[in-house]
Amino acid sequence: MIVLATILCPESGHFALALACALALMQGVLPLAGLRRADSPLTALARPLALSQCLALLFSWACLITASLGNDFSLKLIAETSAINKPWAYKIAGLWGNHEGSLLLWVTLLSLWCAGLALLPGQSPTQPEGLPLRLRARLLALLGLVGAGFQLFCLTTSNPFLRLWPVPADGMGMNPLLQDPGLAVHPPLLYSGYVGFAVPFAFAISALLEGKADALWARHMRPWVISAWALLTLGITLGSWWSYSVLGWGGYWFWDPVENAALIPWLTGTALLHSVLVVEKRNLLHVWCLLLAIATFAFSLSGTFLVRSGILNSVHAFANDPARGLFILGLLGLYGGGSLLLFAIRAPSLPTPQAGFSPLSRESALLLNNILLCTLCAVVLTGTLYPPFMQLLFGRTLSVGKPFFDATTIPLTLPLLAVMGVSMALPWRQARTDRLLPRLVPALLITAGTILPAFWLFPTPLAALAALLALWVISAALCDLFLRLRGLPAGDRQLHRLPRSLWAASLAHVGVGVTILGLCGMAGSQERLIEARPGTHATLTGRDWELTALTPHHGPNYEAVEAHLTIRRHDAHGPVLADLTPEIRLFPQQGQRTLHVAILHRPLEDLYAALGSVKEERDPRGQSHYSAILRLHENPLASWIWLGGIIMALGGGLHLLPSRRRPKPVEGKVGSCH
Amino acid sequence: MPLTRRHLLAALPVLGAAGLGLGFIRMLHGLDRGQFDPRAINTPLTGQPVPDFPALSSLPGQAGLTREDFRTMTQPVLLSVWASWCLPCVEEIPFISQLAASLAAPQEGRDAPLALWGLCYRDQPASAARWLERAGQPFTRLGLDQDGQAAIEWGVTGVPEAFLIMPDPQVGGRIVWHGTDALTDAAYQTHVVPYLKAAP
Repeated sequence: MIVLATILCPESGHFALALACALALMQGVLPLAGLRRADSPLTALARPLALSQCLALLFSWACLITASLGNDFSLKLIAETSAINKPWAYKIAGLWGNHEGSLLLWVTLLSLWCAGLALLPGQSPTQPEGLPLRLRARLLALLGLVGAGFQLFCLTTSNPFLRLWPVPADGMGMNPLLQDPGLAVHPPLLYSGYVGFAVPFAFAISALLEGKADALWARHMRPWVISAWALLTLGITLGSWWSYSVLGWGGYWFWDPVENAALIPWLTGTALLHSVLVVEKRNLLHVWCLLLAIATFAFSLSGTFLVRSGILNSVHAFANDPARGLFILGLLGLYGGGSLLLFAIRAPSLPTPQAGFSPLSRESALLLNNILLCTLCAVVLTGTLYPPFMQLLFGRTLSVGKPFFDATTIPLTLPLLAVMGVSMALPWRQARTDRLLPRLVPALLITAGTILPAFWLFPTPLAALAALLALWVISAALCDLFLRLRGLPAGDRQLHRLPRSLWAASLAHVGVGVTILGLCGMAGSQERLIEARPGTHATLTGRDWELTALTPHHGPNYEAVEAHLTIRRHDAHGPVLADLTPEIRLFPQQGQRTLHVAILHRPLEDLYAALGSVKEERDPRGQSHYSAILRLHENPLASWIWLGGIIMALGGGLHLLPSRRRPKPVEGKVGSCH
Repeated sequence: MPLTRRHLLAALPVLGAAGLGLGFIRMLHGLDRGQFDPRAINTPLTGQPVPDFPALSSLPGQAGLTREDFRTMTQPVLLSVWASWCLPCVEEIPFISQLAASLAAPQEGRDAPLALWGLCYRDQPASAARWLERAGQPFTRLGLDQDGQAAIEWGVTGVPEAFLIMPDPQVGGRIVWHGTDALTDAAYQTHVVPYLKAAP
């Protein structure tokens, strides 16, 4: 036991991090030199180097976790964020709730993606479809260079293994707001998505270096784009759910710079996902695809790191440090700026495709969607960067919020949804109107049939219109699946005979529709703020909410008051619908209050109650009476927002599952693009 | 290789990124020197004359607040905007009380350097009275802004906030500082005291 603790001491972790940095540098330089000199042993080093770099970083995590579980407050990081009475699960999860730890997580996840790339079977005589070994070595080298830069940043400015002297007896404890299971999982998921886009980025740089981006290249890149996209989708979904259910502000998206920082790469990543398909199937849009791959990763980097420089005013920001900011900006300039420069030099001389676009084809629809997604991204980027730049250039302070984003993003999203529905039914190359229309008729009929109910049910015409378009997306995706099933030979008409990618795309589109429906429903959410004593009734959309009791209680490291609410149908004598117990906790150690919202998820609505504050008054006889400020919400279709996100990510996951061999593999179809 | 339109288009992203990067470098430098504050709130009335606002009544037994009071003021005024329902205002009480006490203490034959006035934003008179009781009646003048109209004229962005107004006979009082956070001793020392020292 003691031996193990000695091996896993913080200094070993520090050393492992330095070792990983050196290995990453070697992984970045040696294979590239090998490729240049046609020296295959040197090239082959990429794989073992990537694996050992990953092991070294995992070892440094093991050291950090050992120190945290062992309450080693001589480590600055642990003294600042942990405490003896903190639950052990948060002793681990809390490690990535701060700048140093999250940076270590970032580089570790990057090395895990590298290891994944290294372990994937490469091209061999028995597996001609595998990743070509030279391409793999080049990718690993580029990723090694990215990793080395950030590990250097970690070592020099944000070392998680710094010691503290004198050693405090107990840590300062973690921000109570962060002690939530959702927040333990949210950063790793989001970061895996962010970091995952490093692999398509490496593909893009490799293509620019080689001067060749073809269908085969796109086919190898596609699974990496999809997996990063699916993880980013999950991460954003979880973050939004967390802000809805934990922060207790009653909203799910606040257009905060950090939220936008995740949304921007998601938008370009979605565009990338679709343009990779066009490159693969039609050998078109390469340059566009290269730019998107670079932009997505550059936005991911900026999103993760600019937030920490203190430039953007955000509730999420970690401790701001301009010195770190300059280092980060240097790295961003090196990777983002350098690759864009490479793009500017090499992209114009890439071979231009001969084939053209037919206006009515799937590639045209995807191109249109690409343009809309990128415009959306530009709008969000503008809204996020406008305040700091206005202040820098004109000295004017202002904030850009929901009204701006609503006014600009909704008009772009509606046509996007309209095109999404059509695109599934369109064939590649050239569509024929007489074949296309019958394919769209069922979905059009379904949508047309819901026009009246939609305008009846949704609060505003805009919400109703968006809901109709969401329904159009869902029904078009499902109808398309059904029609393709009918198109199979009669004896073979089984669902699993359809290609996996078709299923995946339909599922992802259904997910988008479900999320949009949820957003439209939330547009009609009702809210009441009441001051109540036990026994007070309030009505909200024809239901009776009664505050039955306010009960104080003591937690392990906090004082709390619980409000007991009973919701009845119709009026105060109606049947009981639900009991909700929102809670407010005061943590004296940090002097911080946290809200514990009570939510009843129902299929069509959420009943949501938050306890804002509690007042204690003593009457002349010395008895305490409590009164409370309560916020009551009725949020129609709220849970659909996150359900849709999960469905989208599942679609991505389905695409990644290894597909069964088709009975007759189409020989040379992809190989001909060599 | 001749420069084509393709070259120009391909160079656009890197030029855009370079522009953004330069901007960020300037911002970081500004952050370092305290010239750039992303959290700053728009305070357009700083440096402007006191705005016209509806005359405000006060609680019984206390002087109210009108535009005229700023024309006749002879010493700098610190106007604190607060409400009893606002938690940071409650946390601000100890400093307000301490400041009021130090201003009320004898000043070696001179006038007090500063008058402390209050603007109570959208509050019930009864709760406002309880709040004042707790703070030890710190304000020499108090305006009850029950409909929030005066706060709009003053450009209040939230409670608690504070304004420092210097006497200016030509315009009838000039706002020289608008603080958008709870008043603390540190904020008082950095933002208010220099003006008082500079005043004749």
